[in-house]
Amino acid sequence: MDDKTVVVRELVKDFPGVRAIDHLSFDVAPGEIFGIVGPDGAGKTTIMRILAGVLPPDAGAATVARCDVVGDPEGVKHLISYMPQRFGLYEDLTVNENIRFYADLFGVRRSDREARAAELLKACGMSEFRARLAGKLSGGMKQKLGLVCALIHTPRVLLLDEPTNGVDPVSRREFWAMLYSLAGQGVTVVNSTAYLDEAERCHRIALLHQGRLLFCDSPARLKSRLQGSVVSIVSSEARRIRDALAAADGVSSVVLVGDALHLFVDDADRRIRDLSARLIGNQIPFDEIVRVTPTIEDLFVEAVRKDSAHPAP
Amino acid sequence: MIERLRQILVKEFIHLFRDKHARFSLIVPPLLQMLIFGYAATYEVNRVSTAVLDFDHSPESREFLERFSASSRFQVRYILQNESQITSLLDHRRVVLVLQIQPGFAELLRKGRTAPVQAVLDGTDSNTALIAAGYINQIATRFAQDYQLQLADRLRPALMTFAPRIELQERPWYNANLEGRWFFVPGVIGTVLLVTVITLTAFAVVREREIGTLEQLMVTPISPAELIVGKTLPFLLVGLATVIITAIAGTLWFQVPFRGNVFVLLLGTTLFLSSALGVGLLISTICWTQQQSFSLAFFYVTPAIMLSGFGYPIASMPHALQLITYLDPLRFYLVVLRGTFIKGVGLGVLWPQMLAMTLLGSGALTLATLRFHKTLD
Repeated sequence: MDDKTVVVRELVKDFPGVRAIDHLSFDVAPGEIFGIVGPDGAGKTTIMRILAGVLPPDAGAATVARCDVVGDPEGVKHLISYMPQRFGLYEDLTVNENIRFYADLFGVRRSDREARAAELLKACGMSEFRARLAGKLSGGMKQKLGLVCALIHTPRVLLLDEPTNGVDPVSRREFWAMLYSLAGQGVTVVNSTAYLDEAERCHRIALLHQGRLLFCDSPARLKSRLQGSVVSIVSSEARRIRDALAAADGVSSVVLVGDALHLFVDDADRRIRDLSARLIGNQIPFDEIVRVTPTIEDLFVEAVRKDSAHPAP
Repeated sequence: MIERLRQILVKEFIHLFRDKHARFSLIVPPLLQMLIFGYAATYEVNRVSTAVLDFDHSPESREFLERFSASSRFQVRYILQNESQITSLLDHRRVVLVLQIQPGFAELLRKGRTAPVQAVLDGTDSNTALIAAGYINQIATRFAQDYQLQLADRLRPALMTFAPRIELQERPWYNANLEGRWFFVPGVIGTVLLVTVITLTAFAVVREREIGTLEQLMVTPISPAELIVGKTLPFLLVGLATVIITAIAGTLWFQVPFRGNVFVLLLGTTLFLSSALGVGLLISTICWTQQQSFSLAFFYVTPAIMLSGFGYPIASMPHALQLITYLDPLRFYLVVLRGTFIKGVGLGVLWPQMLAMTLLGSGALTLATLRFHKTLD
């Protein structure tokens, strides 16, 4: 356990009327990119804030880079960088001034600062924007500048709360390239997201649901563990379809996603024929029935179903 | 620690001076208010629009009315013929005063009896009416005196040597010509300072909350104490600069004297600003948007000015209200301002005000700091 940079043990946090974090435990190794994955309200931001030392937990223990988050929240702040969903940039300060401000807050030496800023700005393709006001940057560039500010003091652990929300694909790719290079240098990255494609870029992920850990492993193992595939049916009679097919052979769960139904099945290609025959037999109209890649929501519903069917071992 | 603080100060000053709008609002409104108050704020009443209605048509009534035409306080605009004209003139605000002399005015005077003169005043503006009534009284008294002397002189010249009289000799100290400006200009410095510093401080913190940088600052190693000092010190400096600029403008432009010690004024200003910064910080801990903080700042500033003695004498207020004025730092600061500008007094006289502002300031700052800590969690 000594070699882990983030250790979370039986963490509990209650808000009035809600248990936001429910006996959560996990470890993160140095140089690992760890994804905390879950829908809105799963407790992602809460765990991030606890790890950043700004929110004291009600029970349990957490250490970040061997520093006790609960006992010494101020000590943690020198070792980490926390980037909330919207990084707090000063829009009337230039790129350079924002970097300088955060560098000084963390006590970065002036000589180190310039070299590090140049290196980070180059890595995210922003070298030519140093004199631009932060308010005049695009959404993706703002987020990259946030990352530059967060990294200016070379943290041991980087906490990112849904960092690529609303960021264009190109900036997102550069963003991830920076994360991989950081991880290569031994920085531990804890990254929360609600999107599966983001989660898949992580080395390991923890699925979070109502503050509880459902699953913690690599994305590939998550997919293989949740065997099966998803069939999507588009129809104006979604409710009737749900009632008709919920108990059909090979269907383990049915979720309403927008105007479509997602059915978790053991074998999509075989079941599509059975299911469409059944709908026609029941005279329920539908526009489309296709196999789709599971969304994080589908995986979730399936994981939650399994979780409630077989209580945690 | 020092480096972090320095950097926050640098950042705050960039916020203040980079924005054209912010730069403008730092310099122009204080000077503009100073100019407006310097020229417009005065209690003197001059050129009161007057109508006269003389039913007596005697030499006495004419002489009486002439004294009004001759005075710069009154401007006789209408000579009326009958009473029905009065209402319309007052309704349309053509005149503020109607003087009416009944038939038999001279008759009564000659008999040595009391002769009535009716003065109808527009009481809508009670202050002007009150002051105008005072001037009317002065003119009427002077007229009566002169008339008595004439009468006595004619009847028994020997009596004249015994006629006792009291003559009031006014010697207003500190402001010999009773210039209203000398009263208002130092006061404006206090009110401008209060408004500027409270809104700047409240906005500076609330804005960081609004754009999300406050949460960001919390995950850096900065301590709440550093943050509070970083968030208030710039506005203390801005406040001191505002006082210096407006004081120079007031003394050069309006020739208001500055007779006291600059350092006494700056000490008083610093103590006063600690209250203003505390209140601004307190507002920022209650508000989540700049709009809220603006309306709350307004909610504080208006009564603070009303109860400060800026325009209305505290001694005339009801007792309960007078007690509340002791919580108003502006009340004490105005005494320091007027004391240093007009009277030229020093700490020997002003120490009770300095002490009161120290107490109020440390109270406000302590309260604000406690609440500030709480809202950060």
